[in-house]
Amino acid sequence: MTYRMTFRGAAVPAEPGQSVGAALVAAGILDWRSTRKAGRPRGLFCGIGVCFDCLITIDGVPDRRACLVPAADGMRLGDSAQDRSLGSPQDRSVGSPQGDESRGGGSRDASQGGGRDEDA
Amino acid sequence: MTRTHDVAVVGAGPAGLAAAVEAAEAGLDVALVDGAAQPGGQYWRHYDERHARPDDRAGHHGWPVFTGLRERLRTARAAGRIRYLPGRQVYLVTRDEAGTFTLRTTPSGAVGTPESISASGAVGTPESTSASGAGEAAKTFAASSPSGASAPDAAGQVTARALILCTGGYDRQLPVPGWDLPGVMTAGGVQALLKGHRVLAGRRAVVAGTGPFLLPVATGLARAGASVEAVAEANGTLGWLRDPVGAASVPGKAVEAAQYAALMARHRIPYRTRTVVTRILGQDRVEAVRISRVDRDGRPAGPVKEIAADLVALGWGFTPSLELALMLGADTRKDVDGSLVVAVDGFQRSSVEGVYVAGEATGVGGAVLATQEGRLSALALARSLGRPAVPGLMGRLRAAIGRGRRFAAAMHRTYPVPSAWTEWLEERTLVCRCEEVSYGDLRRAHTDLCAHDPRTLKMLARPGMGWCQGRVCGFATAGIAACLNRRETTAEDLRPLSTRSLAAPVTLGELAALDRSRTSPDDPHHDQ
Repeated sequence: MTYRMTFRGAAVPAEPGQSVGAALVAAGILDWRSTRKAGRPRGLFCGIGVCFDCLITIDGVPDRRACLVPAADGMRLGDSAQDRSLGSPQDRSVGSPQGDESRGGGSRDASQGGGRDEDA
Repeated sequence: MTRTHDVAVVGAGPAGLAAAVEAAEAGLDVALVDGAAQPGGQYWRHYDERHARPDDRAGHHGWPVFTGLRERLRTARAAGRIRYLPGRQVYLVTRDEAGTFTLRTTPSGAVGTPESISASGAVGTPESTSASGAGEAAKTFAASSPSGASAPDAAGQVTARALILCTGGYDRQLPVPGWDLPGVMTAGGVQALLKGHRVLAGRRAVVAGTGPFLLPVATGLARAGASVEAVAEANGTLGWLRDPVGAASVPGKAVEAAQYAALMARHRIPYRTRTVVTRILGQDRVEAVRISRVDRDGRPAGPVKEIAADLVALGWGFTPSLELALMLGADTRKDVDGSLVVAVDGFQRSSVEGVYVAGEATGVGGAVLATQEGRLSALALARSLGRPAVPGLMGRLRAAIGRGRRFAAAMHRTYPVPSAWTEWLEERTLVCRCEEVSYGDLRRAHTDLCAHDPRTLKMLARPGMGWCQGRVCGFATAGIAACLNRRETTAEDLRPLSTRSLAAPVTLGELAALDRSRTSPDDPHHDQ
């Protein structure tokens, strides 16, 4: 039987034995959270529980590693506001040493992920 | 309370499986703790055995070796000689005055049921270890695991008089502009999706980095139906075949290489040597990569080409997982491939009494070597406890391990991380993905704040301070720090980025539940 999950309300199927992250990727969903500073999309990166890029809210429980958690029938995925602005375990006031301005600059940049040649 | 085992083996990959069954068969009482839901590690990662299909073993090397070990694990468990604890990550290991080790474990999430049970309760955290929650989780553990797991005690705690750490490793990464886009994955992650979940991560793929592991990833993708547009190998290739020490050490490897060459040809996968991905392009997901020919040091030295792709698989060798060994104070060294590894003697003994280490954590060398090291560590431990040894067996294993290490060294010399890799970086390239620290941030911390050594760099610019605790960016950060000081990376550069106070994120509840009297006097929070 094929499991039926939902991602932000949309149906996502999963084969028994697949992880939540694998099922999302199989459904063409490559990202499910945003970074805290630059708001950039993230999904699977290491795929084996090391990098924590793939954190997701599952059935209301935040910060699960999508690459590790087995898919299950009826799971609700990514339906928390937190998935849009996940950050680190503790938010710390000590930011980057250059202050907000340059940090913001760095972030905006990372956000392009390439595609422009201003530095080339 | 808990029974104290003769030995706790951490990790159920090639080294850990071999160590656990060998120790059990030598008469020792063994605990085997593993983060995954079923044995095999990364190398023998396979689809959930409860839903297995015959083709799941496609592309696996040494599969009969694995099934043999798995069968011996079953036998030893049935005889009560191995307590198998899958789906649990060791987050803290301590040693008391008597020399007994205590492993604190937390659910990894890979086994569904225990967490969903506590998650559905009032507490609302998956890893809640309030006494009742953990007890409940433990009760259902055996029934829910695909391999019929044993239950840890209520606090997820395991005690043992010796340890064999077989913690393996994961893909080593070098940052490159655009590597944070969705659709960029580690080569091992792409492989894990295929082997563990039967999912193809993209349709048009570029596989890039260095080393022989790029080949199984590329051919695996092609076999599953992806179009592999290129394998970009930063180094020249097959140099190890000409290396008299390397090729003669492990002749079977030449056959394996020939098989991959044939597969690459059959799938018409372009194999571009001395080529690197210098930029990954796209807005919100990967659209294309830019590749460039490079010289011996990795400096772009040729025409640039753009290739459309929706998947980029990156791998620069492997980073061994050392957190548990470092927590115990084991000596480490920089290996031929530039990674920090645990220093062991000819019997896999670390510098810490009673702590053996086998497999990638002692130097990346592959599954065959890891299996041999796992066996040797168990036999050496058994002998130290007065168990009778099979005459000659340890000597033969040590000779094989010596050959395997020489071969691994030859491979590492053939596929080094290019020394000029930091020249691919731009000011805005993210180095630390978790804390979103850019190369420019690191350079400014170096020049403006005199953050010259990696530890200070970490404190002031925050690379390695996020969720993954520097696992992904640690190697790169150490390399950048060294490069900014115009010198080579040293073990001292790597160590502060490999040390973690806790080896996995845990809830405050789990920390609060720690029995203080059993914790070592060493403050586990010394590094942060």
